[in-house]
Amino acid sequence: MGEGTGDTGEILRRVGGDTPLLEVRHVIKRFGSFAANDDVSLKVMPGEIHALLGENGAGKSTLVKIIYGSLQPNAGEILWKGKPVTVASPAEARALGVGMVFQHFSLFEAMTVVENIALALPNCKATRELADTIARVSANYGLPLDPNAHIADLSVGERQRVEIVRCLLQNPELIIMDEPTSVLTPQEADQLFVTLRRLAEEGCAILYISHRLEEVRALCHHATIMRRAKVVAEADPARETVNTLAQLMVGNEIIRVIRDKGRLGPEAILLKGLTQISQEAFGVSLQDVNLSVRSGEIVAIAGIAGNGQKELFDALSGEEPLEKEDMVIFAGEAAGLMDINQRRLLGAAFVPEERLGHGAVPALKLSENVVLTRHGTGEGIARRGFTRFGKAGRIVEKVTSLFDVRKGVLDPEARSLSGGNLQKFVVGREVERTPKILIIAQPTWGVDAGAAAVIRQSLIDLSRKGAAILVISQDLDEIFEIADRIAVISRGHLSKAEDADTLTPEKVGLLMAGGAEKKGAAAA
Amino acid sequence: MLEAIILTVITAATPLLLAATGELVVEKSGVLNLGVEGMMVMGAVAGFAVTVSTGSPLLGIVGGAVAGVLTSLIFAFVTLTLVANQVASGLALTLFGLGLSGLMGESFVGQPGIKLQSLDIPGLTTLPFVGKILFGQDILVYLSFAAVFGVAWFLNRTRAGLILRAVGDNHASAHALGYSVIGVRYVAVMFGGAMAGLGGAYLSVAYTPLWVENMTAGRGWIALALVVFASWMPWRAAIGAYLFGAVTVLQFHAQALGIGFPSQFLAMLPYLATVIVLVAISGNRRATLFNTPSSLGKSFVPDR
Repeated sequence: MGEGTGDTGEILRRVGGDTPLLEVRHVIKRFGSFAANDDVSLKVMPGEIHALLGENGAGKSTLVKIIYGSLQPNAGEILWKGKPVTVASPAEARALGVGMVFQHFSLFEAMTVVENIALALPNCKATRELADTIARVSANYGLPLDPNAHIADLSVGERQRVEIVRCLLQNPELIIMDEPTSVLTPQEADQLFVTLRRLAEEGCAILYISHRLEEVRALCHHATIMRRAKVVAEADPARETVNTLAQLMVGNEIIRVIRDKGRLGPEAILLKGLTQISQEAFGVSLQDVNLSVRSGEIVAIAGIAGNGQKELFDALSGEEPLEKEDMVIFAGEAAGLMDINQRRLLGAAFVPEERLGHGAVPALKLSENVVLTRHGTGEGIARRGFTRFGKAGRIVEKVTSLFDVRKGVLDPEARSLSGGNLQKFVVGREVERTPKILIIAQPTWGVDAGAAAVIRQSLIDLSRKGAAILVISQDLDEIFEIADRIAVISRGHLSKAEDADTLTPEKVGLLMAGGAEKKGAAAA
Repeated sequence: MLEAIILTVITAATPLLLAATGELVVEKSGVLNLGVEGMMVMGAVAGFAVTVSTGSPLLGIVGGAVAGVLTSLIFAFVTLTLVANQVASGLALTLFGLGLSGLMGESFVGQPGIKLQSLDIPGLTTLPFVGKILFGQDILVYLSFAAVFGVAWFLNRTRAGLILRAVGDNHASAHALGYSVIGVRYVAVMFGGAMAGLGGAYLSVAYTPLWVENMTAGRGWIALALVVFASWMPWRAAIGAYLFGAVTVLQFHAQALGIGFPSQFLAMLPYLATVIVLVAISGNRRATLFNTPSSLGKSFVPDR
């Protein structure tokens, strides 16, 4: 065994030998009768970037929570450097040397960077020394941070840096990262990979959870693949292709999205000089947005979260009233001053980003949720103040069979559906109406590959039947899979929509990182 | 005249300040306890009962605090352990406290109490004008200021305070980091109960040393309004308490002087002021975000 030496406060270089840093043996975790982890075993060597792959609900998050001490397994054992340990709490995991960067960041918005980091360090107060250490370590690893900034003022990428720096200050030997790049631009992701490789060289192991197989192939030394609560394969990602990895993840039932050229019809969505000053403290103002979408095509708007996507969706759906009625034109009619039902009567349908709470009311049944978006569409679901639930129920049935929505009972409450199934329902509810115009935000956010393929294919099919579809998404893979044309939104400016075939993810990434703004400003 | 007015303002403001400081800590931890009135009135009846039966107002004060804590524990158990709705449970606690205190205090109605001694430092207390105001108050008045100072220091300067604010800001994250959300909230609610109990005991032991049913007369609600008025900052709570205390006193004087002004109008001023402050701070989203505990009133169930 080699012994590491180095300055205290910095990460020690450790030479591992043959003993795995972390070994998980035959772990079982049950929630009621449902097994989230069923006899799961895993080995992570020191200095190894180890990918943990699997669809949503495959049990990755449960496993990671067990390793990090936030959940206790029903059976099985965990070995740390060859010795059996019980990780009773996250604090104990941190004491062992396990750090975690959460998918949904575990930061405190109203507090400063220093305070957030102090909370994760044992017996540490938000002092000036800590601020200095943060500034030093973050600069050292190419993750610059202002220690006294409030989290609420930081971008998503910066928030992730806070999480990573917080991890690094705990002198971890193993860092768990849950979907770290899902919120980053390609450029930010590349920067992250540089940091991760450097950490691995210094001897720190990384357990890397991701859906993005391309980056797993480029980054990871080893992959463990989970499916339905079990480990189904171990692989060397560099020797696999994206397709073989995907096959291992989802089994044999991989669905490919097929996209042919559509026949273009007349202009169905037209935005002319759409300008909207945001009243929210952290909102983004829309600056002279121009766009046209014709029937039969899908136009995607790419962009990093918080660059005006929410404001644009609200302006299109009528949640925020506009200044002039001709800023938004649907099917030839100036719709800027209409409310959402008047817009729906023009043939438009809307799927917001947040499926639970905005797209569906958690405590209402699916049929009731159908009524909520389709009571004013002239289909006779609500008439003279009475609701015809029979009709709504039949729509639920139809959506269920068309989109393979898996649910326990005939008409469950929306909150009882899993994320992917609810998303299929929320999208299906609008698509079933065959709208002429569909505005959809993050169609497959946090949805597993199978469900995502179903949703994406349904959007393509709908557009080929003659609908104009506007997709607002952060997922570049998705955008390139379905979009005919792509525009990029950046701080409220929208770039010109260009043919998807002439663009590459790198080009779009540059526009996302601010390139779209100058263009937008120059055009105005 | 002015000295007398200031002295009465202090006595009117102290119970408000005590209860509001406690509730501020409770709300900073993310719990909305609307039962302040109930905890105060329990503190008042217990404070009076202990004082009369032991002959010691100091023991009475301790009794008031203990009664406040015990009452708050009912709320804590129901909302934190059994995860009941905080708003409904808080309202129920107020009604429960008012009823139970009436029952417990039945035999004490009309009995003479013993007034809490005020500080008397020879030479200082007799100073003209400032002597009585600065050096002639009872222990609870000084304690109320110590509490404001202590809470401000605790919240902003200590690690425990940082954890408490973290729990109130985002309980899911605090749990993910390994902090005991429920544990922190239990302690915060108990502190709130103790302070409300002290505020109640002040009424029956120092303000008017006797027991009358329902003697808190809505002060618990003013204390609740004060916390929002102060936008969860201890020093502002102190300013607010004295402002609201002054309004109460003004109300009496206006009546005494026979000013043709309905006293009810003055009585509603504190609430009106709170509404105006609420509107003012909601206009500034940034200030609201940084000061309002984001998890306020939300129940927390750890996923185990």
